[in-house]
Amino acid sequence: MSTLNELVGDAKIVVTCGPGGIGKTTSAAAMGVAIARHEDRRVLVLTVDPAKRLATALGLEGIGNDIGRVPLDGARGELSVAMLDTQASWDSLIRRHAPDAGTATKILNNTLYQNITRRFVQSHDYIAVERLFEIVEMNEFDVIVVDTPPSRNALDFLDAPSRMADFFSSRFLKWLIAPSRTGLATVATKPLTFIADKILGGQFLSDITEFFLLLNSMHDGFIARAREIDAILHQNSTQFVVVSTLEDQPLREAEQFAVELKKRSLHTVAWIVNRVVPEKLLLPGDQSDHDDLLHRLEEIPEPRRSAVVAMVERNRDYWIRVALREQESLARIADYGLDLFTVPEQAGDMTDLAALSTLGDVVMRSAVRRAGTTDA
Amino acid sequence: MGKTTVATALALSLSRAGKKVLLCSIDERPDIAKAFGRKELTFAPVEVEPGMFVMGMETEAALREYLKINLKLPFLGKLGPVATALDFVATAAPGVKEILTIGKICFEVRERHYDVVVVDAPATGHVVGYLSAPRAINDMAKVGLIRSQTSWMEEILGDAETTSALIVTTAEEMPVQETLELMVSLRNKTQVHLDAVLVNRVIEVEPSETENELIDERMTGESPVAIAWHLARARSAKQGRHLSHLETGVSAPVEILRVPEIVSQRASELVEAVAASLGAELT
Repeated sequence: MSTLNELVGDAKIVVTCGPGGIGKTTSAAAMGVAIARHEDRRVLVLTVDPAKRLATALGLEGIGNDIGRVPLDGARGELSVAMLDTQASWDSLIRRHAPDAGTATKILNNTLYQNITRRFVQSHDYIAVERLFEIVEMNEFDVIVVDTPPSRNALDFLDAPSRMADFFSSRFLKWLIAPSRTGLATVATKPLTFIADKILGGQFLSDITEFFLLLNSMHDGFIARAREIDAILHQNSTQFVVVSTLEDQPLREAEQFAVELKKRSLHTVAWIVNRVVPEKLLLPGDQSDHDDLLHRLEEIPEPRRSAVVAMVERNRDYWIRVALREQESLARIADYGLDLFTVPEQAGDMTDLAALSTLGDVVMRSAVRRAGTTDA
Repeated sequence: MGKTTVATALALSLSRAGKKVLLCSIDERPDIAKAFGRKELTFAPVEVEPGMFVMGMETEAALREYLKINLKLPFLGKLGPVATALDFVATAAPGVKEILTIGKICFEVRERHYDVVVVDAPATGHVVGYLSAPRAINDMAKVGLIRSQTSWMEEILGDAETTSALIVTTAEEMPVQETLELMVSLRNKTQVHLDAVLVNRVIEVEPSETENELIDERMTGESPVAIAWHLARARSAKQGRHLSHLETGVSAPVEILRVPEIVSQRASELVEAVAASLGAELT
């Protein structure tokens, strides 16, 4: 029986994928803690949007875009953490790729740039991958556990690098830039500038053009980088782990992730299922439950006692239904061929490293629940 | 969180109260289509029940409609390459998608095609990007059609009589934290008024507190009834902590509405629960 620990044993990058709100960040952090405690490896956990108390537990507060060391008593390895700061990462990306300091300053001060990087959704996905690459390049860690941004769908995050490359190679961008380069509008750009002018206004258009002209000076750097990032994501040593609960909506989203990962030939090794109710709920119930309950609660006077017993039984029936539904769901997702690891709901919240360590051991060291059938 | 289910339930309860309702899904979730026995949602609204219309947002279609209405372009069909370029911008260039989406919704409200438009918004981290799009575009474009077009959108979004937001959450750590953060960014970055926070899937342990303690004591062993009891008690206690955290951040006139777990599981009961807590106020 393999454990998740063995599965991701030689991974250099472990990416957790899944919908929001199902404990993905916590799972990533717990995995990182477990690896650093038991193995002589330098571990980095890159989180995107941790819950406040998790951030406190990891000492993430106030570290901005820096990398912080987490002291782990008696650990064989080392644990570091980093949090994604979208704006700071964009700024450093621009500084790195700009041909000269003047261009960098121009871009950083461009209102359009600030609006795009601060307000809009997709800039987050790209920069998360970009930040991962930056850390890989530092070459200071043996394994990086990456928590992905809560995306509407898997595509947003995984396709961010190639979308960026597409954008820079697009004919549209060339059209937009062509007239200001030559001082002449070509026939092809005419309808476009006509519409853009009508809708956006001339000044906006010239702002946008200036912005893209500046960006265009970084064209080659961006494209080369997007390709490298894509290559890293496809390496054998980059392994993807799907995380979800068994509730309808998150599970359906996670299934979509599993499909998309496979379609892109990314190496998906496991599926962590959080907050699973105890299977023991499905043990055959005792026929004398009802009388037994009445007996156990004899201090409560009738007729109240019968009412209380009825509530207790309703509660039991409800959770048995939940457990049954979960078993059906587990059977269904087994079809994706990934090793399944189930994690029971943790009693406490993840407020300190001790709680994370305990969870880490549960996640990494318990036996596979259902072995996968295919090698993803 | 059950956001889509709540949006659907809300739309249904309004249409059953005699309103003409448009339910618009931004994220193309399959749930809404499924709930009405359809394969997928289309940009053109479909009447699925008397007075109840559903549509799925499509940026490209919204752009075409916008160009047709605003530029009265007779040669739209011939726009081939330009349209492709614009479609591309709409998906690749940040901001365009957001303004087209929010513009289409505001347009439906302004034209009074429906009595109520219920929008199943994108997830927490994304929704402010949509609601603040008119202002963001305003900051960027100093003149032009877009500029003149964002003010009326801001008016619609900022009028408490016309537009209100409902946050759907659960009593867990991250959802509660995100809810509190979303409330702050709604206040700071948008003009939209928040009406209520609906806490979905609240686990209720029914007997009284003294009885609960007695039951805790007597529920020993590994029988299903005991496991289920302790499970409900543990989850309810955990939820209680997160609920009180939520309460510290929510004050009047914003209301906290609770939908019990057992109700959340059944679509028809959820419609009634939502109708009872929200419908009256909105109709």
